[in-house]
Amino acid sequence: MLDLRQYASLGAALKDALERWPNESCLIEADRDREKVRLTYADFKTMARPLCRALEDADFKAGDRAAIIMTNQSKWLISAYSIFFCGGVLVPLDYKLTADEHLQLLAHSKARFLVVEYYLWRAITQSPEFAKLTAEIVLVTEAPVGAELRGAYRWEEFKRKGEPQFVPRQREDTACIVYSSGTGGRPKGCVLTHDSYLEQCASLTAWYPFWPGVRYLSILPTNHAIDFMVGFIGPFICGACVVHLRTLRPEFVRDAFVRYRITYVSLVPMVLKNLERGLRAKFDELKPGKRWMLDRLIGLNKMLTRRRPRVELSRQLLPQVHKAFGGELRALIVGGAFTDPSTLQFFYDLGIPVACGYGLTEACTAVTLNDLNPFRADTVGKPLPGGEVRVLNPDSDGIGEVAVRSRAVMSHYLDDPEQTAQTIVEGWLLTGDQGRFEEHGHLQLFGRKKNMIVTEGGKNIYPEDIETVFDGLPVKEFCVFAANYLWPQKGLGNEMLVLVVRLEPNQQFDDPLREEIVARNRRLADFKRVGGYLLWEKDFPRTAALKIKRGELATEIGAGAARSGVVGI
Amino acid sequence: MSAPTIDHTLDEILNLAASHFKVPREKLTPDDDFFKTLGIDSLQALDLLTRLEHHFRIELPDYELQGVSDFRTLANRIQARL
Repeated sequence: MLDLRQYASLGAALKDALERWPNESCLIEADRDREKVRLTYADFKTMARPLCRALEDADFKAGDRAAIIMTNQSKWLISAYSIFFCGGVLVPLDYKLTADEHLQLLAHSKARFLVVEYYLWRAITQSPEFAKLTAEIVLVTEAPVGAELRGAYRWEEFKRKGEPQFVPRQREDTACIVYSSGTGGRPKGCVLTHDSYLEQCASLTAWYPFWPGVRYLSILPTNHAIDFMVGFIGPFICGACVVHLRTLRPEFVRDAFVRYRITYVSLVPMVLKNLERGLRAKFDELKPGKRWMLDRLIGLNKMLTRRRPRVELSRQLLPQVHKAFGGELRALIVGGAFTDPSTLQFFYDLGIPVACGYGLTEACTAVTLNDLNPFRADTVGKPLPGGEVRVLNPDSDGIGEVAVRSRAVMSHYLDDPEQTAQTIVEGWLLTGDQGRFEEHGHLQLFGRKKNMIVTEGGKNIYPEDIETVFDGLPVKEFCVFAANYLWPQKGLGNEMLVLVVRLEPNQQFDDPLREEIVARNRRLADFKRVGGYLLWEKDFPRTAALKIKRGELATEIGAGAARSGVVGI
Repeated sequence: MSAPTIDHTLDEILNLAASHFKVPREKLTPDDDFFKTLGIDSLQALDLLTRLEHHFRIELPDYELQGVSDFRTLANRIQARL
């Protein structure tokens, strides 16, 4: 296991990496099939130095918060490194949020400093809420010549000469504030310490090591918990190379595997399924004789790799398949959402090891992960080294709430002691997910206790966060629920949000109302939309302060209506 | 040669989307939510974007699709680059 005890902070570990491997490749940025940037660790240090000095000059101090809103690119990592070097706290925000959501989280996090990509900054400045921007200093990347920046600096201009002073931090200091959800509703900013990240890094690399020459393909957003660890911290600390691809277009992703001879990649189920679709389509195009042979070889490979992956053998049995992935792929790591076991099995049968894991932002990155010893398609793996995982109050099937205790778990939710106290109880993080351990110590998940969904793209959607889009709907009252929260099922997948509507007395559910619901729904990003509505005949139970008693209402609906009563929109 | 009109661009997009995803053309209208009507996810929408790039001979960064879910808005984004 990687020994990171000598490092008190992420900044210290990353700084040391730049010194240890100056001539190794650390970062390649590709836009489609065009390579834009290729840096060694020495180059990376040279590029970060003037930004660190500029931050110093701008009085950016230890503990100050700095947000990044960018698609994957070299400047993301250079900015993050510079923030850590200067002792700052990183607030990585999802670039797919709306401008208003960005402004809300910037305010909530109290980030003083913002590095943002031009097209996102343009949207922020055009928002009616722009005046609420709280960041004092804004750096804009890739701004066209002559673009109006509304007081922001160009990335190219925010530089100073000279040697910056490294600002040491302690393990218990905050490294990042990462939002697991919560725009519109109650923002959940997970406060993660340097200790969380360094411990998680050591745990993950114990099973999936990095070393100089390993190439990780970064296609998940770097603000995402998985890619931040596996596509930045882990590779850098170990002297490996990260390949940033600025597009998710399948043809360029396929090209990148080959061009850069990728070693590891992390995917969410949606991307994995897309790759599967592409491969199956190619297999279907084969002439019958070749298809027959391919199927026989896949069967042979499956038999020979039953106990454990044998990548070298698989590459010989199925050379064309493996060449399509660059010929040096050691593993696909999948997480962030429910993954269909048949998809995992499909890749494993081709000799491409797929490790499915489970985690949540509150636990830094991963709680459990398959170690491929042997491959399991039906579990989310074993607890990572250094962590404890329990199933609380198991029912007769052994299924209960998954709880985690480890140094990787967050310190608290930012500025929310009430939510923190409900989530971390006696040192255990209550995940709200239902699971059980099977006989080999693998965790299997069976649904959620929480009223939320996780999309195939790995995004957490809390109903309270999206209800605001329906504010003012001409009905008596409404509420949004995760369908599986109303009608629990012992499994994941098939997740959707349901809009529960109570009409006014004598009100009819007519076409104009339906169209209004559809129109409002479409204002949401596609992955946040409700999948259907349910008409409810009784008034919602409320507290004395007139807040909806969601738990009670959910129980009533679960008992009084069927999922089949939900009308799709 | 002058750029085509927005209506022409929109029509071409609808034709291409119908043929790419094998959906009857008459089922598509400009204000449709293309995720729903075409039965696709965001990655498959990027496939459509590539097809449109080749057809219109322009380059469309992935972010042009951010927040876009209807054909008419997509047409406006493309038209701005013609």
